[in-house]
Amino acid sequence: MRDAVKLYGRYVSIHVKSLMQYKVSFLLMAIAQFMVSFNVFLGVFFMFQRFSAVGEFTYSQVVLCFSIFLMEFSLAECVGRGFDVFSTMVRKGEFDRVLVRPRGLILQVLGSRFELTRIGRMIQALVMFVYGIRGSGIVWNGPKIMTVVFMLIGGTVLFFGIFLVGAALCFFTLEGLEIMNIFTDGAREYGKYPMGVYGKRVIQLCTFIIPYALVQYYPLLYLLDKRREPWLAVLPLLAALFLIPSYGFWRFGVRRYQSAGS
Amino acid sequence: MKKYLSFFRLRFLMNLQYRTAAWAGIATQFVWGGLEIAVFGAFYKTQPEQFPMTFQATVNYIWLQQAFLALFAAWILENEIFESIRDGNIAYEMCRPLHIYPMLFARGLAVRVSRAVLRCFPVLLFAVVLPGPYGVSAPESAEALCLFFITMILGALVTVAFGTLIYVSAFFTISAQGLRLMVTCVMDFFNGAIIPLPFFPDKVRAVMELLPFAAMQNVPLRVYSGDLAGREALRAATLQIFWLFVLAGAGQLLMKRAEQKVRIQGG
Repeated sequence: MRDAVKLYGRYVSIHVKSLMQYKVSFLLMAIAQFMVSFNVFLGVFFMFQRFSAVGEFTYSQVVLCFSIFLMEFSLAECVGRGFDVFSTMVRKGEFDRVLVRPRGLILQVLGSRFELTRIGRMIQALVMFVYGIRGSGIVWNGPKIMTVVFMLIGGTVLFFGIFLVGAALCFFTLEGLEIMNIFTDGAREYGKYPMGVYGKRVIQLCTFIIPYALVQYYPLLYLLDKRREPWLAVLPLLAALFLIPSYGFWRFGVRRYQSAGS
Repeated sequence: MKKYLSFFRLRFLMNLQYRTAAWAGIATQFVWGGLEIAVFGAFYKTQPEQFPMTFQATVNYIWLQQAFLALFAAWILENEIFESIRDGNIAYEMCRPLHIYPMLFARGLAVRVSRAVLRCFPVLLFAVVLPGPYGVSAPESAEALCLFFITMILGALVTVAFGTLIYVSAFFTISAQGLRLMVTCVMDFFNGAIIPLPFFPDKVRAVMELLPFAAMQNVPLRVYSGDLAGREALRAATLQIFWLFVLAGAGQLLMKRAEQKVRIQGG
């Protein structure tokens, strides 16, 4: 395990070093990444210039919700970006090389990419988080802080699992599947509002099929004192279990893998 | 002119081949449209009196936007062109007995039209079948429908003219990725892709409606339901024509400058 962490550290430091050779391009990309999600924020901001609430949520509460969700996503994306470009790896036959090396497969795939440019998104999420907290009037105590921590852990793991499923699908399709965007970018985009806003059907889908609501809607209700059951705060950890079937699917894919490269 | 038309036809037919990709796009558009309507529905339920347009007009706006996304979406720019400008392959295009600006324009238009043709019908069909206020309703009037088609063509042309301007500016910047992403963001925000322009505060909106970005999807999508009608609609359409000429003129001028001092990188 320690060996793996050390190796991953090496991978990351190489990526950062190579990135720093193109400082301007890095800066521009980070700013652009920032702007992409800042646009989404502006959409929310201007909607609330007109409306004072959506459903039972006020502006600051929506911002808080959005910021936590965005943080989860960018954390997962920072690390799990290798999965996103995995189709290229499979198509070019680079995965064959990964298979023959005496190290974990996932570790190597993850090490193939590290997106520091996502820092732009991270910074935005942090700023919004502070901004949301100041307006939302939450009285902080131990359980509340733990809820946020659980949300971050659960959400990051969940998104990581979704990236993993997307990568595993490449074993069967060889192509990257655009449909997966619905579950990654779509979730990031529409996770800005608490999921209760979208209606009962969406909540059900996001509870039992892909558990977004477990890391976003339910713990948020607890955080904002809209509901008081303490088990709501632990739900995000349950969502992290999504990683188990994802990993199973990945293993299944690896076993079925037939080299495609030349 | 004939040369460019046949070039357009060629690119159009080529792009029509990407049918599998279109299915993925269609699925995405269904989900996007549905969620978008759910959000606006929630705002509507909370404070209906604050709604700047009728709920039905908003729903129409969203579905038509999803159906014709390819015509107006800011991010539809071909990487291939940026690449060829960067690695110098654009030189081959410049050797041809064609002007490069209209060629880029025809190419940009072909991508958008072919994608839109492939994707719009399933989305429209689905949206028409949907019940009640959640589906697309009939257009406000026969004139509105006519004006919708006219302004849609104009809007698409303005979008392409702007896109071509970005291609041309890549001749000056070499690394166009950052620039491209930023311009895309600005465009998305100002053309009503994030939220329809009527939802902005009145003062902000008054300024936004004069910008070239408002001459893109904003006009046709609102004309359809009569949210933009009469003199206002005519004014918007005139602005579309104005911006089309300005953007195309600027693009051509910039292209001429680029052609005079272009240096091909790479061998």
